[in-house]
Amino acid sequence: MYSDKVMDHFSCPRNVGEIENADGVGEVGNAHCGDIMKIYLKIEEDVITDVKFKTFGCGAAIATSSIATDMIKGKTVEEALKITNKAVVEALDGLPAQKIHCSVLAEEAVKAAIEDYQKKKAQ
Amino acid sequence: MNVSKRIYLDHAATTYTSKEVLNEMLPFFTEYFGNPSSVHQYGREVKKSIDLARDRVAKAIGALPEEIYFTAGGSEADNLAIKGVAYANKSKGNHIITTKIEHPAVIHTCEQLEKEGFEVTYLNVDQYGMVSLEDVKSSIKANTILISVMYANNEIGTIQPITEIAQIAKEKGIYFHTDAVQAIGSVRINVKEQNIDMLSMAAHKFYGPKGVGALYVRKGVKLISIIHGGSQERKRRAGTENVPGIVGMGKAIELAYQNFDEHNSRVKGLRDKLIKGVMENIPYTRLNGHPEKRLVNNSNFCFEYIEGESLLLNLDMKGIAGSSGSACSSGSLEPSHVLLAIGLSHEIAHGSLRLSLGEVNTEEDIDFVLQVLPEIVDRLRQMSPLYEKVKGGK
Ligand SMILES: Cc1ncc(COP(=O)(O)O)c(C=O)c1O
Ligand SMILES: [Zn+2]
Repeated sequence: MYSDKVMDHFSCPRNVGEIENADGVGEVGNAHCGDIMKIYLKIEEDVITDVKFKTFGCGAAIATSSIATDMIKGKTVEEALKITNKAVVEALDGLPAQKIHCSVLAEEAVKAAIEDYQKKKAQ
Repeated sequence: MNVSKRIYLDHAATTYTSKEVLNEMLPFFTEYFGNPSSVHQYGREVKKSIDLARDRVAKAIGALPEEIYFTAGGSEADNLAIKGVAYANKSKGNHIITTKIEHPAVIHTCEQLEKEGFEVTYLNVDQYGMVSLEDVKSSIKANTILISVMYANNEIGTIQPITEIAQIAKEKGIYFHTDAVQAIGSVRINVKEQNIDMLSMAAHKFYGPKGVGALYVRKGVKLISIIHGGSQERKRRAGTENVPGIVGMGKAIELAYQNFDEHNSRVKGLRDKLIKGVMENIPYTRLNGHPEKRLVNNSNFCFEYIEGESLLLNLDMKGIAGSSGSACSSGSLEPSHVLLAIGLSHEIAHGSLRLSLGEVNTEEDIDFVLQVLPEIVDRLRQMSPLYEKVKGGK
């Protein structure tokens, strides 16, 4: 049911872990619906220099977390904010229709983490 | 991926058709292909084989042959029992009692009847998935026409006090149906001694073919047909018979009870070893279902802080086939209704794993599962944001 790309990211997820004293942290989803993603960003001069994630969720949730973190690494905050769920799914060579809702999490988590960064910066 | 061996631990989903059963079926595709309703020899010889299959099914559960109605599987048997009795006894009442942990074939049938004006009580179960006899008694009303309680649960394996519930129903003059799809072959059943009025079966759960099942209906039960057409199955189930399937089901059920003690004690030994190994080696784990009153081939666990589908995918990469009640593995947004009914939170219910054993499993299979499962669970926990908090406190 999953593409080879999804299975690759699921079985060897990139960027798993935490960043201590991260510049931005975002957590979205809830255990009720079955998927939670937490993302940590290291940001220097508005460029994402490192990113890590932790995900509680299905194959699609883990694979999208993995590829989305790969996609924003090295990007500016502004570029990262433009990441869409659609782009993430395309990068994975598609997802089964009933799994699209699991992939929305990655986009939301990136945005939440950047928001957190911007809030901290404004303080 | 390098999978040298595949280990099938999803026998509750379905079994393969055994060689003996298949061999019995094969001539009915080519050689004995007649329509059992036909008058000529082709028809008559096939009719005889259906009669034999009917005898075998009846004998396995202590019924009379004329009380067995072949269907296209467990779902149809459940539909026939519940709708058939509901429609036929509308003038007596419109209230049905069932449980919150039934298979969708029962629950969705009852929900459909609710839309049609019937009233349904869905009984709660305790933490082990057991129905209380007190609840059964107190939910009976003057207009109750049917009680339907599954023999054994397909997810957590809990076996209900069927004899006692049937007794209550009998005393009140209410029909009693049980979905025994998971119980056949794992539990000894005698419908007469146990006062069961209707009982559903499906061949593919006991090494028979898919798409064939049967409903036992005690003589005298008022039930109407739900599939209309020809007069097959004494007018209670129209349609030219699935002859190879019916022949296969007869053979499969006969074998299941011939090898009953040997098969079940072996499977139980392996299952107990699996449960013990998992519970001892993986922290934050719970066993779902009743510790003793459960199907001998069933094990069902919840691993806290991880999600079931990713667990299944990881096991599959190691060649191990299991199943889960997580929302994401079922394609719905809700985790298993059974796990919620035994009181688990959504979060914990998402991390469930059912491993159901069968004839093909060996000690080595269980050793292999016990070797790889703790690593997989740990790896997923290390990735889980929910586990961080626990680790911090450790
Ligand atoms: C308890 C129970 N009832 C009914 C069914 C439905 O049987 P079938 O798939 O043969 O229609 C199943 C099979 O999954 C089951 O486990
Ligand atoms: Zn998901």
